[in-house]
Amino acid sequence: MANKKQMDNQALTQKQTTPPLLEMRHISKYFAGVRANHNINLQICQGEVHALLGENGAGKSTLMNILYGLYPPTAGKIYWKGQAVDIQSPKDAIALGIGMVHQHFMLIPALSVVENVVLGMNCGRQGRLNLNEAAKKIEALAKAYNMSLDPWAKVWQLSVGQQQRLEILKALYKGADLLILDEPTAVLTPQETEELFNMIRRLTEANHTVIFISHKLNEIMAICDRVSILRLGEITSTIHVCDTCQQTLARLMMGGEELSAIEKKPASLHETVLECTKLCCRNTRGLMALKDLSLSLAGGEILGIAGVDGNGQSELADAICGLLTPESGKVRINGVDMAGKSARAFLEQGVGHIPEDRHRRGVVLSMNIRENFILMNYYKAPMSHKHLLDWKLIDRLTDEAMASYQVKAPDRDALMQNLSGGNQQKIVLARELSKAPSLLIAMHPSRGLDFGATAYVHNRIIEARDRGCAVLLISTEIEEILALSDRVAVLYEGEVVGQMPAAEVKTDTLGLMMAGALRGAG
Amino acid sequence: MAMPILIAGMGFLFSERAGVVNIGAEGIMLFGALAGVVGALYLNSAWLGLLAAMLAGLLVAAIFALLTVSLHADQIVVGAGINILAAGLTTTVNRIVFGMNATPPAIPSFHVLPFPDALARISWLGEILSTIFSQNILVYLALFIAPLSQYFLFHTEIGLKIRAVGEYPKACDTVGIDVVRVRYGTILFSGLLGGAAGAYLSLGVLSFFMESMTAGRGFIALAAVVFGKYTPYGVLGAALLFGAGLSLESRLQALGTGIPYQFILMAPYILTILTLAGFVGRNKGPAASGIPYIKE
Amino acid sequence: MASVLLAFVVSGVIIHLCGLDVISAAKNMIEGSLGSKNAIAESLLKMGPLIFTGLAYALAARCGLVNIGAEGQLYIGGLTAALVGIYIPNLPAPLHQLFAVLAGFVGGGLWGFLSGWLKVRFGSSEVITTIMLNYVAQYLINYLVSGPLEEPPGTFPQSRPIVESSQLTRFLPGTRLHIGIFIALLCLVLFYFFLWKTTHGYETRVVGANPEAASYAGMKPSSSVLLCMFLAGGCAGLAGATDILGIQWRLMPNFSNGAGFDGIAVALLGHNTPLGIFFAAALFGIVRSGANLMQMLSKVPVSIVNILQALVVLFVAASNIVFLIARRRAIARAARRDSAPEEPNAPSEIP
Repeated sequence: MANKKQMDNQALTQKQTTPPLLEMRHISKYFAGVRANHNINLQICQGEVHALLGENGAGKSTLMNILYGLYPPTAGKIYWKGQAVDIQSPKDAIALGIGMVHQHFMLIPALSVVENVVLGMNCGRQGRLNLNEAAKKIEALAKAYNMSLDPWAKVWQLSVGQQQRLEILKALYKGADLLILDEPTAVLTPQETEELFNMIRRLTEANHTVIFISHKLNEIMAICDRVSILRLGEITSTIHVCDTCQQTLARLMMGGEELSAIEKKPASLHETVLECTKLCCRNTRGLMALKDLSLSLAGGEILGIAGVDGNGQSELADAICGLLTPESGKVRINGVDMAGKSARAFLEQGVGHIPEDRHRRGVVLSMNIRENFILMNYYKAPMSHKHLLDWKLIDRLTDEAMASYQVKAPDRDALMQNLSGGNQQKIVLARELSKAPSLLIAMHPSRGLDFGATAYVHNRIIEARDRGCAVLLISTEIEEILALSDRVAVLYEGEVVGQMPAAEVKTDTLGLMMAGALRGAG
Repeated sequence: MAMPILIAGMGFLFSERAGVVNIGAEGIMLFGALAGVVGALYLNSAWLGLLAAMLAGLLVAAIFALLTVSLHADQIVVGAGINILAAGLTTTVNRIVFGMNATPPAIPSFHVLPFPDALARISWLGEILSTIFSQNILVYLALFIAPLSQYFLFHTEIGLKIRAVGEYPKACDTVGIDVVRVRYGTILFSGLLGGAAGAYLSLGVLSFFMESMTAGRGFIALAAVVFGKYTPYGVLGAALLFGAGLSLESRLQALGTGIPYQFILMAPYILTILTLAGFVGRNKGPAASGIPYIKE
Repeated sequence: MASVLLAFVVSGVIIHLCGLDVISAAKNMIEGSLGSKNAIAESLLKMGPLIFTGLAYALAARCGLVNIGAEGQLYIGGLTAALVGIYIPNLPAPLHQLFAVLAGFVGGGLWGFLSGWLKVRFGSSEVITTIMLNYVAQYLINYLVSGPLEEPPGTFPQSRPIVESSQLTRFLPGTRLHIGIFIALLCLVLFYFFLWKTTHGYETRVVGANPEAASYAGMKPSSSVLLCMFLAGGCAGLAGATDILGIQWRLMPNFSNGAGFDGIAVALLGHNTPLGIFFAAALFGIVRSGANLMQMLSKVPVSIVNILQALVVLFVAASNIVFLIARRRAIARAARRDSAPEEPNAPSEIP
């Protein structure tokens, strides 16, 4: 194995004497003033599998969407086989020989495999569809890459793995030299992942080039030749995979620097608030997202759930606030078995929730501050009596909350959509904490916030803990987990692979656990 | 009676397939009906009247497309607006052109072609057929429309694009299809056919324009698309069924069978609701139906 | 506001193009709608149903639904009100009126509820079902007034007149103005009260604005849909009920004449707010009642009102977007100013 990699490496250095297949120079991209990519330089050589590694929101997908012509870059140039090219639309990218397999498949479920493949192409004569001919070509192509795919099946009948193969086939059919795979394994079972890797190997044997976007370290080690690490929209380094190890990659991805420690008293534990026993849940795709997950959490304690995005975090949070019914297993809150209870019953048990997607779940953007403030307890005293809202009291409470949480807004009638992300999050925080929850689920509480707002949110969470609240902190930011948690549990593919007191955590061990390369006590 | 439903339904089938719900169908037909009469009167030809009707439909459809596709305005609201506009504008123009109470002037219209005698003589079948088709020349043209649409929608590249855009416009974008152009194209096409269907009513059936003469046929055309499960032959079947109902209605009234004719008039709408509720087999419209496509 | 002005200007141009006198048309319109006690009464009379059907659209819209079915709900409301008015004799007038009006509300409400139920139970688009039910309702009335409810001996397709005690009280002598307008105003107040003062109204608005946040807060979006379609249908039903009980006094086919669709324009122009609906209904009420005199004296067809109304709808539909785009651009510009690209660690909120 090591031998083969060294040979690859030599081959790569040889190839670098000719111009690289693709070069992106000084690419920057800003969305409404927010930077997604900044001064990115990237070289891809013919025949390699090149990984783009980075946390969610690091700018990987944005960069690839620019390459595929979906967004125009704010600045920078793209060179294809040494020539400067202007990729204005996917059509241009396809014409050059770039194919992309999106994380969310761009397939049309109601159409057949062959229709999906020829969509947008010229096939047959004078605009006539010649599906039979196309189907033959697809079968031949599938055979060449050792895939089995019925050209006449409807896409909705295919498994997720088959759909992905179809996406790859679609790109090859259009003559792609370079294939961009955006987090291809996120939706696959382990067996399907193995099949995908075999396919990638066959592709590179046929001198195709692959850009592999991922944040799973073991996969990068297994299949890639080189890896570029993106952090906060910049490429921080590009290295040969054979020269590195998972530990180094983990450190590079997380940035390495530690957040200044937050002052906090030692935890004083109260009774157990949350108890999950052998919890199993399926995600919306029907795959097992949580597997026999057990954990318990006491009042006055912050349990940090570390893990790379997509390892069951959303399902865990949803199961604990009653939005997802477990397949099996139990959730007990304050000693009460919550099986079959409604989302409101969970709220009534004193669950507070800072949701992962603020705009979709946390707030109602078109409503004002006071209306958002009562979202969770509008239906009961003191906010309302006999179905009537007590606006006088609500106004007073909102004003108090805005003052004590330092919300910067003209007044309580300001619409949520006109506030900054930090102020929106402060209102969510004020709402969830003002009801003195016994359990707080804080999911990515500082996502999208600046330093000041992050520190503020962190301090408030610690204050809640000191009041005796049990806090389940779910975050992909390792610094955040370490700075806040009393205890850390690592989630990997829906399982808790390690649990330890925060004081004993070593960043390296954590990184390995998050990558699924190490199992600890727990 | 089936023909205007068939012609209009086939047009709106295309825009529906591309993910556009145009409840302005009624208004477009009304505009077509008036433009057909006015065109035929001034240009002294039924064919030129038909052309005028199609152009009028095209123009109204263009306004609909501009507002909904380019400006992302709500399709339902704009469609409703077009219906109100049609009611107002056609009445106004009609009164100005033809005067308030004057008897309608004779205009060139399409004449009834005799139904083939041989066919008519095969007893009751011919009887029913000749009832369903109030046979004028447009009928015979219109009958080609279903196989033609079937071919176009399922055996050409553009047809594939249209079906794909109605299902998942973003996916189409990623393979280089211009979603806006496809939607404009189908909306304009539905305008052409909608206008023609209106002209069929005013030039083929009545030979004059009457206020709100479409009497819900635009909505029946939309209903035929839903009931026909978004396929050309389905629309043909639905149009024949609904059209047969409309023709039967007058007969039943005359015969006094005891079945209130209003229930026959209601049938298309109830059948459509049942279809939507899934009682008449699986029914799924295009996935992206009614949703404006906004490119990031 | 700009949409209304523009619509008036375009309508004026159309009148001018028809070779008619715009100034005299405007004069006659105002004269006909506000020029006398009777004219004002007629304007108010036209305003009532517009408020009801405007509410029918707005209430559903607040819950994220599109109710194109006010027309059908109106017919059914008229029917149930008429049934109470015709077949329940010997009641004291206030009680009889109250029952008849309530029957109209419930009738229209159930018709609306049917669409809501089809949506919640089968996922049928309420847009299509409400449209289809419009026609079902219309033909149902046609059948009833020429069948089971037909007034003997059956010369005209119409029902027997309603009992006098159920006729809505006309309170301005010499005019047809009846207490329906007060019911409409009361409904406007209740609309405001429901949406902004009660917990169910609050739920409705959250469901309409962000259904996912609503489920996350433990609300049940489907209950809100059912409740709202019932109330919306009820409002439209009141339009039919007050028309039958206050003006027509008997059930006739096609008595509505598209009033259900006018509500869309009213609600759109009024941005689904109580005050907005009030002013929009007042505006269209005035225009509608002035149109008759305008047609008589200036020869401008009444149908110009429909054109005006349609233009308002189209302009408002288009202008919301212009406004949205302008605001999005302004936000983007502000954001660019706030975080200069060179600054490290700019807030990284990816849209």
